[in-house]
Amino acid sequence: MTKELTRQQYLDLYYFMRLNRAVEDMMVKLFRQNKIVGGLYSSLGQEAVSVGSAYALEQKDWLAPMIRNIGALLVKGVPPRDIFMQHMAKYDSPTKGKDGTSHFGDLENLHIVSPISMLGDLIPVMTGVAIAGRYLGQKIVAMTWIGDGGSSTGVFHEGLNFAAVQKAPFVLVLENNQWAYSTPVKRQVPLENLADRAKAYGISSYSVDGNDVVAVYTTAKEAVDRARNGEGPILIEVKTFRRLGHAQHDPAEYVPKEMRAYWEARDPILLYEKFLFSEKLLDEKSKKEFEEKIEKLLSAERDFAENSPMPPAEFAEQGVYCTGDDCHKVAPKWQRPIAEVTPPKSSVAAVWTVQGFGSGKGSGGASAPIHFGDTLKLEEKTESATDKKSKDTEVPEAVAETIEAAAVKPVKVAAKVPSKSAAKIPAKIPVKAPVNARAKNKPAPKKSAKPAVVPAKSAARKARR
Amino acid sequence: MATAAKETNAKPEIATQVTFLEAIKQAMYEEMERDPAVVLIGEDIGVYGGAFKTSEGLLERFGWERVIDTPISESAIIGAACGMSYLGLRPIAEMQFIDFIVCAFNQITNFVAKGHYLWNAPAPIVIRGPSGGGVHGGPFHSANPEMYFVHTPGLKVIYPSTPYDAKGLLKSAVRDNNPVLFFEHKFLYRRIKEELPAEDYTVPIGKAVVRREGKHLTIISYAAMMHTSLEAAADLANEGIEAEVIDLRTLLPLDEDTILASIKKTNKCLVVHEDTKTGGIAGEIAAILCERAFGDLDGPLMRVTALDTPVPYAPSLEEFFLPNKEKVLHAARTLAKY
Repeated sequence: MTKELTRQQYLDLYYFMRLNRAVEDMMVKLFRQNKIVGGLYSSLGQEAVSVGSAYALEQKDWLAPMIRNIGALLVKGVPPRDIFMQHMAKYDSPTKGKDGTSHFGDLENLHIVSPISMLGDLIPVMTGVAIAGRYLGQKIVAMTWIGDGGSSTGVFHEGLNFAAVQKAPFVLVLENNQWAYSTPVKRQVPLENLADRAKAYGISSYSVDGNDVVAVYTTAKEAVDRARNGEGPILIEVKTFRRLGHAQHDPAEYVPKEMRAYWEARDPILLYEKFLFSEKLLDEKSKKEFEEKIEKLLSAERDFAENSPMPPAEFAEQGVYCTGDDCHKVAPKWQRPIAEVTPPKSSVAAVWTVQGFGSGKGSGGASAPIHFGDTLKLEEKTESATDKKSKDTEVPEAVAETIEAAAVKPVKVAAKVPSKSAAKIPAKIPVKAPVNARAKNKPAPKKSAKPAVVPAKSAARKARR
Repeated sequence: MATAAKETNAKPEIATQVTFLEAIKQAMYEEMERDPAVVLIGEDIGVYGGAFKTSEGLLERFGWERVIDTPISESAIIGAACGMSYLGLRPIAEMQFIDFIVCAFNQITNFVAKGHYLWNAPAPIVIRGPSGGGVHGGPFHSANPEMYFVHTPGLKVIYPSTPYDAKGLLKSAVRDNNPVLFFEHKFLYRRIKEELPAEDYTVPIGKAVVRREGKHLTIISYAAMMHTSLEAAADLANEGIEAEVIDLRTLLPLDEDTILASIKKTNKCLVVHEDTKTGGIAGEIAAILCERAFGDLDGPLMRVTALDTPVPYAPSLEEFFLPNKEKVLHAARTLAKY
């Protein structure tokens, strides 16, 4: 393989995945010691998704995690103590004990929007973030995650459709971990690839192995770059597996043993370690150094969290409303001339007027303009852009077929799974296309009928062979 | 083309007598002129100028980025407005009819309203739209859903009754750092006119106003029913009953002080609202008076409200459903006898 990432990037991905897992391991201990107030939702086995996708963002970009995206928060710069304290409802936590888990954000510095428990709501919100960023000239990308379960909510549709018509610089990572609580994905969505949902919105999508951190990262990076360049929102389906139950209370007995065994053999951190060793990016010594560094960090972070007080009771009645400038100064950070969005520059002329229209009692004029400005021009622009792109990105049929064939070819490990078991599901995980898609310098088939399958540049997969 | 382009940059003329609807339009226009962070988002607000023409001409002047036509997706409208506010913008989101606000109920009550309390994130957005009955709009175009939201900490709820207040309160709402729901009674849109000051002014959120002084009883109302209450008060005066009329203007936060001061004077309270009876603001006012002014009351709190039914369509049914002057007079006369 050609090394596409720098040594530092490879090692960052490793560090954050290990940190992600170590933070959650520690929280399991805290949970068993009754130090966690509410539920604990594990992302065991999904670390590559959170870390790989968030690592594709720049510092100025915005993200909104779901409950299992602890890794994304760490990548964005949240200290582990904040995550511990959130779960322990401590007064020094970002929400000062008013909410738990990953339900916190930071508008000022880290650009994180807090999730709520109702799934899908972040999609229109992050669309709004993306549109506002564009309006202010900030050239940011907004990213959030949704599960296989959450992709059936109404607001998923409303949000993604609106993002699509707005061509918002927005990346949605659809984390297909096979289970919505106890309901398998087959009983939620009649689609083989959830990336196909993108077709309904006329946007680009990818389907990628979510346990391969390099594949997740490179796909996310490409998507983030495209979104930033004005190509509109992009949907990335990452196929992965929720190794534990919905939360700590749930033993997940509904998951077939074979399915669990299959995915446990594909642990994202172990796969990646093998690759790093084979590429001589990591050895036992440096691995141990990482482990010691993380252990030292987390032990200090846990001590801080445990020593933080619980919030005083009367704090419950404070902070419902913003009291004004003394509380929050709300001011946009303009990165473009304001003159562009104020008259006369912002004004658009009417293309035509209809006689008599608007002459009603409530209207101003006798002949109101009903059609404005650059509507026609915009359509022309879009058309020509599409024409150009289709030439650029058209994949010869033969190549497309190869990709398609690869997409349904069972993974070797999966072949061991008894064919009639429900554990067949993972066998359908698309193997990434053979190297030819990339080697021939053909871009992924962005507009093809099938979602683009990430080419086999992935390191971890090589390590597996 | 030339004429149209000229229109584009023309400031709408400020009429001496301004309708409620024009007052709304003026407020949005002036706030957008004042602050480029103010943007509009909603269904048919751009090219069409809004179902009631409240944003007519604003796309022409402020352009596509600031007047955003959306798909029919109320949750997306509120969600996107919320996200935009996180970057310091001040979006005004329109619900084409306020009835449709419940399609975005989750976004408003769980996402927008709780943000400041939970994670210190102010969401300075305004959600506005035409509400109320009396125009034969039927069960889905006549609603008064204000109390769903008065029950939601974190929101502010405004329901003005005059063009002056509508303009001044909408400006305050835009400048407020909290999510504000702004109800516009569509019966009033073109029925009342008022002369408005030429200069910039605001009306404070959370302050009721005494519309008519009186000493025998207090009628508390808001929106279209405020006018019904004033008409009733004029008739009552002819019978020797001097009713004080309070216009609440803001339902959340409620101006308890103005209510209590009036009851201290008149000792009797009648609440008139177009919202249905059970769970309406009258019940809340009754509770406040019991808690804070029990000794001041010389009679039971009475209420004249709509029936506890959906808003029916046929004129005969809707007239029966709605409060009216006769119902107010009847209740006031009964109360005055205590």
